[in-house]
Amino acid sequence: MSRLGSYFIFLGTLFRNPEKFRVYVSLILNECTNIGVGSIFIVALVNSFIGAVTCVQTAYNLTNPFVPKNIIALIVRDSSILELAPTLSCIVLAGKVGSNIASELGTMRITEQIDALEVMGINSSSYLVLPKVIASVLMFPLLVIMAGFLAILGGYIAGTLAGVISSEDYVSGLRFEYKPFGVTFALIKTVVFAFLISTISAYRGYNVRGGALEVGAASTAAVTNSCVAIVAADFILTQLLLT
Amino acid sequence: MIEIKNIAKSFGGRQILAGVSGTFKQGDTSLVIGSSGTGKSVLLKCMIGLVKPDSGEVLYDGRNFLESDLNEQKAIRREMGVLFQGSALFDSKTVLENVRFPLDMLTEQAESEKLDRAHECLRRVGLEAAADRMPSEISGGMKKRVGIARAIVLNPKYLFCDEPNSGLDPLTSIKIDQLISEITDEFQITTVVITHDMNSMMEIGEKIMFLYQGEKLWEGNSTTLTQSHVPELNEFINANKLIREMEK
Ligand SMILES: Nc1ncnc2c1ncn2[C@@H]1O[C@H](COP(=O)(O)OP(=O)(O)O)[C@@H](O)[C@H]1O
Ligand SMILES: [Mg+2]
Repeated sequence: MSRLGSYFIFLGTLFRNPEKFRVYVSLILNECTNIGVGSIFIVALVNSFIGAVTCVQTAYNLTNPFVPKNIIALIVRDSSILELAPTLSCIVLAGKVGSNIASELGTMRITEQIDALEVMGINSSSYLVLPKVIASVLMFPLLVIMAGFLAILGGYIAGTLAGVISSEDYVSGLRFEYKPFGVTFALIKTVVFAFLISTISAYRGYNVRGGALEVGAASTAAVTNSCVAIVAADFILTQLLLT
Repeated sequence: MIEIKNIAKSFGGRQILAGVSGTFKQGDTSLVIGSSGTGKSVLLKCMIGLVKPDSGEVLYDGRNFLESDLNEQKAIRREMGVLFQGSALFDSKTVLENVRFPLDMLTEQAESEKLDRAHECLRRVGLEAAADRMPSEISGGMKKRVGIARAIVLNPKYLFCDEPNSGLDPLTSIKIDQLISEITDEFQITTVVITHDMNSMMEIGEKIMFLYQGEKLWEGNSTTLTQSHVPELNEFINANKLIREMEK
């Protein structure tokens, strides 16, 4: 409970007397490359296969001949957009980006780099953390859009190659009863997850005390705490926005 | 001149500093000595505002640092240079970028002016050739030099060094000590150096303060050091001598 309190106090320090705006621009661009471009491969890989597996598995479970085949594509579409692409991608990103943020800040803490910033009179939390949070909130939605697209594509390729669905059925299924709000919902979730992952991981890393061992522990805690926050926020947002 | 008055600090009920007072004069390299864990780093952190002492005052040429408002504190901080125990170079930046970082963040100088100043400081510590290397590619002694260059880039009035020769071989240690002492003389800085290195004490100890378990037990200089009647200090010196002989 007290940790939750100090997390909110930490969030407050991010916005208290920040540096000049132009300082942040290049830092944010840098982090966008790190966080965004650096994560394309793993997010693409995971989502293409998840889409493929969802398609084949759904086909395997739908044995009733009265259910039209294009339902398979509809299920792949809805589960990808609503849940798999945003939530699963963010779990993957918590592992990659979250642990990276925590270990980077933790190392800076134990090697006194954060102290060095502070004695120069620089607000170290906003200088170091804010660009990462902004970059995450900007880049995660782009990654998730790509993820959803690739999951549906993965399903198409796997489904047609395995012969469980024809390409006409797949395409007609994709277009059947399509609700654009699904995409909005996915992006809202992603922005919330991005904020949670980046701030929780930064909080963990920034407050490391000790040595290399503690940095490792903080990095692990960053990932597990982020995952818990993601599934909790996922549940709450689904309740709020879809019912 | 820096004055500290009755600085006390406890961490979770454990008293680390029990009311330390003293003065550090301009143009002097003052040493704070004592064995590991006696609170030397904590004292330094209290002085530079990284740790808030439970009680006491820190005066920078009469300006009360801890009582100042945020802008005044920023102004005093701009006059400080700090060399941390592990050098604390930013490991995502090159040597040159590290040195010019305070200029980038805290001044409005033109690009060429900043570059000139950064190169000048690197030259002063003898590291011009390493300007484009990363901190991970240079030796511990070079890191300390870069740390010194970064600390002096804004022409500080006050320079703080936390164990500048920890982890260095004796020859490199002496060179770093001499560099600090020369820079102090040259720019008439008020310099505070924390050390437990006997060579430094004999070499650059214009004024020495001995800390023992959070208290100042003795004050003097390198000549009076060996003639004190403080048993804790003598024990500390003897242990140091023994280590020095073993090194030879
Ligand atoms: N932030 C902190 N929280 C709790 N204890 C601390 C903190 N900083 C230092 N200490 C404790 O204060 C004591 C003195 O530390 P320090 O000043 O680093 O010693 P040294 O004289 O070797 O520099 C140590 O026992 C250390 O564990
Ligand atoms: Mg120390």
